[in-house]
Amino acid sequence: MSSALVFFTDLSAAPGKAQRELLTLASRFGTAVVAAATEISAEAREAIAGYGIGTALQAANPGRGFGEHELAVLDAALQHTDADLVLLGNDSFSRELGARIAVRRNAAIVTDVIDVSAELIATKDELAGSYTASAKSTTGVLIAAVKPNSIEDAPAGSAGTVQVTDLVLGDAAAPKVSIVAVEEKVASERPSLSEARVVVAGGRGVDGDFGPLEDLADALGAAIGASRAATDAGWISHDAQVGQTGVTVSPQLYISAGISGAIQQKAGMQTSKYIIAVNKDVDAPVFDIADLGIVGDLAKVLPQAAAEIRRRRA
Amino acid sequence: MSDASTTPLTIVVLVKHVPDVQFDRHIDQESLRLDRSESVLSELDEYAVEAALALVEDNGGFAAGHQVIAATMGAGSSVNSVKKALQMGASSGLHLNDAALAGSDAVATSKALAALVRHVPNVDLVVTGMASTDAETSVVPAQLAELLGFAQLTHAASVAFDASARELTVDREHLNQRVTLKAGLPAVLSVTDQANDPRYPNFKGIMAAKKKSIEEVDLAGIGLAAQEVGAEGSTTSVLAAEQRPARPAGTIIHDSGDAGIALVDFLAAQKLI
Ligand SMILES: Cc1cc2nc3c(=O)[nH]c(=O)nc-3n(C[C@H](O)[C@H](O)[C@H](O)COP(=O)(O)OP(=O)(O)OC[C@H]3O[C@@H](n4cnc5c(N)ncnc54)[C@H](O)[C@@H]3O)c2cc1C
Repeated sequence: MSSALVFFTDLSAAPGKAQRELLTLASRFGTAVVAAATEISAEAREAIAGYGIGTALQAANPGRGFGEHELAVLDAALQHTDADLVLLGNDSFSRELGARIAVRRNAAIVTDVIDVSAELIATKDELAGSYTASAKSTTGVLIAAVKPNSIEDAPAGSAGTVQVTDLVLGDAAAPKVSIVAVEEKVASERPSLSEARVVVAGGRGVDGDFGPLEDLADALGAAIGASRAATDAGWISHDAQVGQTGVTVSPQLYISAGISGAIQQKAGMQTSKYIIAVNKDVDAPVFDIADLGIVGDLAKVLPQAAAEIRRRRA
Repeated sequence: MSDASTTPLTIVVLVKHVPDVQFDRHIDQESLRLDRSESVLSELDEYAVEAALALVEDNGGFAAGHQVIAATMGAGSSVNSVKKALQMGASSGLHLNDAALAGSDAVATSKALAALVRHVPNVDLVVTGMASTDAETSVVPAQLAELLGFAQLTHAASVAFDASARELTVDREHLNQRVTLKAGLPAVLSVTDQANDPRYPNFKGIMAAKKKSIEEVDLAGIGLAAQEVGAEGSTTSVLAAEQRPARPAGTIIHDSGDAGIALVDFLAAQKLI
């Protein structure tokens, strides 16, 4: 039976949706161990136990340098567990940690993973989601960066208490990269873009006013996304950018408004389950991939839809 | 200008020749490898070339002795990506060309590129794009930092260089933060499309590029054995690659005043509300 190691760079009292999906995936393997580059709180331990996982490794972050602590923890946890599967987030930071350990420990690194079978075969998106590929490790260790919204979160019962061990890390060399400044982003009430079930995204057609999108997103409990044209214009934060150089999303529903559907935009959203596009131009390429295309003015269509959702719910 | 700021920098920019994202891209069903005809310089690597050129120009220009070497690996036509970088303004080219490279995964690619960087004497800085537009893994820059023992400054949305301290400062989006990071040389720097606006090669640049040298090396020339790269040197093995079924054709409606209602009807029919 295979053993899985789930690695978290950070773990709050309430593990996030993508983290819970990783725990679900890990719980399918013979043994599963969680490692966190931070101390694991009592609440987080309880959450881990809910997946039938009874072992965890932790190491408090001394806050020296950038990424070096997380790398040391992942390396130590892999050696400690001798796992043949490492599961981590698909964010750029986690991927890079996995990538470095892959060359250090002669392991395979596979990104954009949507599933891992009992035989340790990873299924993944390829060419911006236009292909699905499967790959395995040739060295016995597979490091998989798993896309959010790929695994159905399903806590598999309780492991009682979680045995937590402090990882012993070797003496750290002087950090090569130091952190000069940290700017915390304003926490949003909305679900995180990469994890959201519904995304409402706006482009140049929004013409500076994301109000109608915010309103519809409120009605749907959705995250807000954007095209690069909208983020470049400064109408919304760069964090909202969906696409090749932004966030990749795979929600149940993606509502695209005032976005033409350039290849770099499609690269980040074409694996969405349902796509609704609202665009004034009947020839906009986004209509090629839309399940429902509305040729119209987003400033009229979106408020009407938001009001109708509220009316039906009332 | 201080002495330190004129200490010449040796910068290697890694460029990749990739299938044009504007066309349909295909994975060959026999070899399970990407069809590489119709390839161009990866658009994300243009930001890397620009970052290297800007760094040189801000620190005395090529007259100060800095070098920007555009390097690539891959079959014959990959050299076109080097040529494009030379037209933009890189000073010379380096092409690792060896049949044994075919089928290299990220780990094997990183091993080959690390050896290629080591082939260049006294490299201070390796610059790359944030990802390749074909494999999209974003893992090679971090692996290069690991293999070369260089500082890793990746996904930089802005880049500043302090010539006297020989230190780079970058901004990076990091989880729910924007962090400012600093490291001394040597370093591996990867830049995002937020970092700059890549220049277009002008006529002068295109003419000048014709006179620039491109060194071609094979694996033996950089001290690697064939089995260290390609499928044999890879830690992943691809078992299958299937084209996703095309999205079924959707319904297109023209708003005549009640399309917002139709939108909600669709949501209700698909049980999305
Ligand atoms: C290296 C690189 C990376 C890139 N990465 C990304 C990326 O990650 N994500 C991304 O999105 N783009 C990316 N781009 C940019 C991409 O190529 C397009 O330029 C961009 O997506 C266009 O944004 P847009 O659709 O909002 O604007 P446009 O293409 O200008 O389209 C605006 C659309 O709005 C419609 N419209 C206007 N007014 C209204 C209205 N009132 N109601 C309804 N519709 C209206 C118009 O008909 C039009 O179709 C990248 C480009 C490059 C070169």
